[in-house]
Amino acid sequence: MMVIIDYGLGNIGSITNALAKLGIKAQLSSKSQDIFKADAIIFPGDGAAEQAMANLKKRNLINSIKEIILSGKPFLGICLGMQILLSFSEEGNVECLDVIKGKVIRFKSDLKIPQIGWNQVQRVQNTALKINNLFKDIPDRSYFYFINGYYCLTDEKEIVVAETNYGQIFCSVFMKKNVIGVQFHPEKSGVAGLNFLKNFTDFAYANNSGN
Amino acid sequence: MLVKRIIPCLDVNRGRVVKGVNFIDLKDAGDPVELAKFYNDEGADELVFLDITASYENREIIIDIVRKVARQIFIPFTVGGGIRSVRDIKKILLAGADKVSLNTSAVTNPEFITEAANVFGSQCIVVAIDAVKRSDGWEVVKNSGTKPTGLDVLSWAKKATERGAGEILLTSIDCDGTRKGYDIELVRRISESVKVPVVASGGAGKIDDFVQIFREGKADAALAASLFHFNRVRISSLKERLQKNQILIRN
Repeated sequence: MMVIIDYGLGNIGSITNALAKLGIKAQLSSKSQDIFKADAIIFPGDGAAEQAMANLKKRNLINSIKEIILSGKPFLGICLGMQILLSFSEEGNVECLDVIKGKVIRFKSDLKIPQIGWNQVQRVQNTALKINNLFKDIPDRSYFYFINGYYCLTDEKEIVVAETNYGQIFCSVFMKKNVIGVQFHPEKSGVAGLNFLKNFTDFAYANNSGN
Repeated sequence: MLVKRIIPCLDVNRGRVVKGVNFIDLKDAGDPVELAKFYNDEGADELVFLDITASYENREIIIDIVRKVARQIFIPFTVGGGIRSVRDIKKILLAGADKVSLNTSAVTNPEFITEAANVFGSQCIVVAIDAVKRSDGWEVVKNSGTKPTGLDVLSWAKKATERGAGEILLTSIDCDGTRKGYDIELVRRISESVKVPVVASGGAGKIDDFVQIFREGKADAALAASLFHFNRVRISSLKERLQKNQILIRN
């Protein structure tokens, strides 16, 4: 079973709808015991980093999330759920989960902030098989839906899988072992987004084979 | 880079999609759930659902239809009509919407925009403005276009964004349903004055109107209803033509 972490932030209704469309069973939960039992985890999020960290703390989820990631369970962070995997966010100057080294910073472009709309995702790595599988049936430079005023600037350059240009180039997808972060909203990105979620599920269950 | 968005709008009255001219003389245009699915499959970039009489009749939005529509679409979904409290917004988001559109309640109580943006984030809060042309500019009207407010559209749009609106949905009531083209001057004025995206609405009648509203009106997105509902323009062919005109869109 896929578990979507519900910590009081984010459009979890949309993610549930998208997974249902794909025929993927998922459970919404904010309980550590459910998260530990999951085959794979989706970590959504909308809004501000400070609020997100406060909500996680209130639900005693911070250590559980770190542990489950360390255990090797497939883990997908979406939008704010990607950002708070980093060490620190400039949005509210808050310490985050520190699973990925780096910080979250605000766009410095003259364009309207936040960026709201469809933007292209360009792959910068296409050698590893598991990365290719993640983008199966998704042409390079496909459009995905973004809503963000901040972005991830990771020190671990080798994990950046795809980038996007919004007056400046930023990391829109990273992948480090079992952990995937996407700045866009796959659940709101039409066919490309649904394919991405399907590919993540395939990755998750391939990873869990033998269980 | 970000591309221009094409947004079909479902104006819903008592569970059916309707369309009028200048906000009156409503004609039936179909079932909202079926239309939503059709637009999702056609390549719409976003969908707006407005319960157009909720505010006027002072009642709550039809939440079960919102929920049914949300299950059919995998693009951003904005819902508006009769939203008066944080509790109303929460219910709509739980039903599967991504953003809410505030109109009358924002004009009556601008503090509500701030309150909503603080709870849900600005990215979630659209302020819809219905504009009527006057000799010296445009006036904001409320309650489904029935009540003049005395507010100037430009200053209200600025105030709304300062209060936390993440997007402006700007409708010209003079042009709405006429199919004579968008109010380009209105949209350009507002788009150049605010720092958030502006969605142009009201008057789309042919493909060239979209080219113009993006080029001259500086709109970030263009919304249309009857044009799409009655199949006068297909979204797929509209996008092809926009691309030929060097307007960046999602294909």
